[in-house]
Amino acid sequence: MAGATAVGTKPLIRVEGLEKHFPAESHWFRRSDSFVHAVDGISFELARGESFGLVGESGCGKTTTGRLLVRLAEPTGGHVLFDDGEGASTDITTLRGDDLKAFRRKAQMIFQDPYESLNPRRTIFDTVAEPLKVQNACPPLERMERVSRMLEMVGLTPPATYLFRYPHELSGGQRQRVAIARALVIEPIFVVADEPTSMLDVSIRTGVMNLMESLAERLGISYLYITHDLAVARYMCSRIAVMYLGKIVEMGDTEAVLQNPQHPYTQALLSAVPIPDPTATRAPVRISGGVARPLDPPPRCRFYSRCPIADDFCRDNPHPPLEKKGAGQRVACYKA
Amino acid sequence: MPNRSSSAPVLTVEDLTMYYGTRSGDVQAVDGVSFAVGRGESVGLVGESGCGKSSIAMTLLKLLPENGRIVDGRILLDGTDLAPLSEDRMRTHRWNRIAMVFQAAMNSFNPVYTVGDQIIEALETHIETDPDVSMERVRELYDLVSLDPSFIGRYPHEYSGGMKQRAGIAMALACEPDLLIADEPTTALDVIVQDRILKELRNVQQKLNMSLIYISHDMAVIAEVSHTVGVMYAGRIVEWGETVDIFKNPMHPYTQTLMSAFPSVTGPKHELAMLGGEPPNLLNPPSGCRFHPRCPYATDICRTDEPPRVEGSGTHWAACWHPLEA
Repeated sequence: MAGATAVGTKPLIRVEGLEKHFPAESHWFRRSDSFVHAVDGISFELARGESFGLVGESGCGKTTTGRLLVRLAEPTGGHVLFDDGEGASTDITTLRGDDLKAFRRKAQMIFQDPYESLNPRRTIFDTVAEPLKVQNACPPLERMERVSRMLEMVGLTPPATYLFRYPHELSGGQRQRVAIARALVIEPIFVVADEPTSMLDVSIRTGVMNLMESLAERLGISYLYITHDLAVARYMCSRIAVMYLGKIVEMGDTEAVLQNPQHPYTQALLSAVPIPDPTATRAPVRISGGVARPLDPPPRCRFYSRCPIADDFCRDNPHPPLEKKGAGQRVACYKA
Repeated sequence: MPNRSSSAPVLTVEDLTMYYGTRSGDVQAVDGVSFAVGRGESVGLVGESGCGKSSIAMTLLKLLPENGRIVDGRILLDGTDLAPLSEDRMRTHRWNRIAMVFQAAMNSFNPVYTVGDQIIEALETHIETDPDVSMERVRELYDLVSLDPSFIGRYPHEYSGGMKQRAGIAMALACEPDLLIADEPTTALDVIVQDRILKELRNVQQKLNMSLIYISHDMAVIAEVSHTVGVMYAGRIVEWGETVDIFKNPMHPYTQTLMSAFPSVTGPKHELAMLGGEPPNLLNPPSGCRFHPRCPYATDICRTDEPPRVEGSGTHWAACWHPLEA
């Protein structure tokens, strides 16, 4: 897989068998004995300077994965090795106290909804300066300058006209620029972007996508880009992983996966995307049923119940491993 | 794209203007909109947030909030003007002749009644039937939208998002309306579910020869469901025409931007277009062409004078001083 680490040799992040199982029903006195397998043993690498996409439908575990990678959630298994290039790589799943705080300075998250993620009672300056304050990243007197510079970088110019405004005075696109500024102001090297453009209108969206791309180049940021929109992933990510019920079912170079999908789920997902051309016809979507809740899933391929090509072998064997197939991608399917 | 079977229009909207009154003045949400929908025809209204597409839907059904008022224009449903009708008179048309599927169908059901009971209630409010007949009708409706009839007696929380949206469509179809308005019915759904709902809608529309107004921000969905497209910007229709014409030869600069701003999963990877600036404030919309502050082709006349309607082939037109060459 990551023979394609374009920049540097060692990956920035190596995820090994990452797992997050939520107890299905919590009870005061009784431990839960059934679990939702939100993320169920996934492994991938993210190269330095790369933009890696996680795609899939609601409930596939992509957001949980993102939260685990910046330690906004605690994994129940597996490792996340983070190598900032300044020494040995650290397993962030065991970080505590000051070490965790130091990690947060290098890893940040951008959330989906700019209407929810900004505090309505705080000015833009307060919001963007907050990480600098918490991390004590610069002397207080320099905060104004750092924030102004950051606002300029995200295209909120001149910064002086935005510093003391409140979120409700800004449009959706401008709010998302503020959210990006807040995430980048302490100069992280890794950013998890969770559907950062899905709430924005198309004419605004392109600007935010371009901005995120140019900032990554300028500031040397690697993104984990989470999206349900394959077309957006195509423009933002060099490699993608398709998730289904907590598992990665296909992973590889974005163009390879989208032009020549191997897993039946990826194929269905792609043929369900409407084409903006009234004379085009799409291949029929061949899968049935809906996404189940990954509650104590049986030990077979997660996609078995909806798969158009599954047979007895798929029923009687464990979930298939990710194996190299096709042009530069890896696929978890016995039949592909 | 489905086939069309059109004749005299079911709905003719003439110069419709609707404002929301606020403390700071009137928000000119819909401004002089005119169009017609033929029988069995499917019209797509496309535009970004705040362009007035949902406001048009609410105006056609006269489900406006207290501060919304029709300032001018006519809404002719088979010749009857709905605009001046009282709420009592309107109730006889709403749902019977003109029905709606909402974006958040998941939330438009009451959680404490079964979905079946709610559809029966809608039926019995609008057409008198005895309970056995209503139940039979609900079964037919479930069949029509491919819902399992065993779910009739279940509560909304037992339905998935896609199933609730289907139930929403079933409820809207209960009284066999002549015109169905669907406002972003698949926006909150995953693509695979969206694909099924779109197919269902097209099937039902053809089977019942019903007219459809489909409202969406998504050009790709519009391309798949509509015969005719109206592109909206800042409360006005800026371009109108058959779907193929709009997509092959967009005449308005806004339509062109909207189409090339959409990333595509198949085909060549094109440069994504973007617009500078922000959508206008409709409390005080720009003079002349409302798109001029963001238009790359704008000249002095665009700032001062209302744009003329430029005709293309067939029903195709655009309101623009500098339409793009076909």
